[in-house]
Amino acid sequence: MTGKTRDNYNENYLAYVKTQDPPTKHFKNCLSAFGVGGLICCIGQFIRFMLEYAGLSGDELAGCTSIVLIFIGCLLTGLGVYDRIGRHAGAGSIVPITGFANSVASPAIEFKTEGWIYGMAAKMFTVAGAIIVFGVFSGVLVGLVYLFI
Amino acid sequence: MGQEILLILLAYVKAFAVGGAICLIAQIIINFTDLTAGKILVYFMLAGVVLTAIGVYQPLVEFAGAGATVPISGFGYLLASGAMKGAEQGFFQAITGSLAAASAGVTAAVVFSFIMAIIFKSRTKRN
Repeated sequence: MTGKTRDNYNENYLAYVKTQDPPTKHFKNCLSAFGVGGLICCIGQFIRFMLEYAGLSGDELAGCTSIVLIFIGCLLTGLGVYDRIGRHAGAGSIVPITGFANSVASPAIEFKTEGWIYGMAAKMFTVAGAIIVFGVFSGVLVGLVYLFI
Repeated sequence: MGQEILLILLAYVKAFAVGGAICLIAQIIINFTDLTAGKILVYFMLAGVVLTAIGVYQPLVEFAGAGATVPISGFGYLLASGAMKGAEQGFFQAITGSLAAASAGVTAAVVFSFIMAIIFKSRTKRN
């Protein structure tokens, strides 16, 4: 950390911040991500079995399983529970579809104060919008590639 | 009867192992890079699309069930497999197939989030 020219202020500061960061607990992090992620998938499997027992099958079964999981994700976000899970679970709560639900519901609730149209509705897609944009675009590409081969 | 219970238990073990492993990969990536949650979601969804398009993800879904469909890569799988199914029927279905397959998830997320926004107030984040 030498030099006080204007250019490397930023670099010096970032280097300083890095020395003050608590060390990442890799093992504990990974273990809880694996555990929580696996558990959410087991809940998904349980819902799948229950809906299958109720007589659903095929696309309907897969769709309804997602819908139930997304409902659970939105509800837990509203209750403020999901954030608490997320602090401990990291990727274990981000990557499952409940994390997608959380990324939609959380800004919707948070930005309600800025109005229903420009707040709640517009901010709802801050993260999910990116997923849908890249998802639709890559989906169309895949569809066209399979159409022509 | 006993064998049936064993099969159900095995399905849970497989879902736990595969779903957990996908989250583990994401956690390792987060630990060693500066990627935020939103970017991780997009990359994993794209990975799901690509793996489905080259035919790797379908066997994984058949093996692990919810372990492969519940993570966000399963959303990519849904998009890509919808497009692939649509491509068999024609040009229009090839273009609309992906979003049609994913419509359940997107609709559920929008509707439930709307309802939650009506019911709940934003709370201060406790650390």
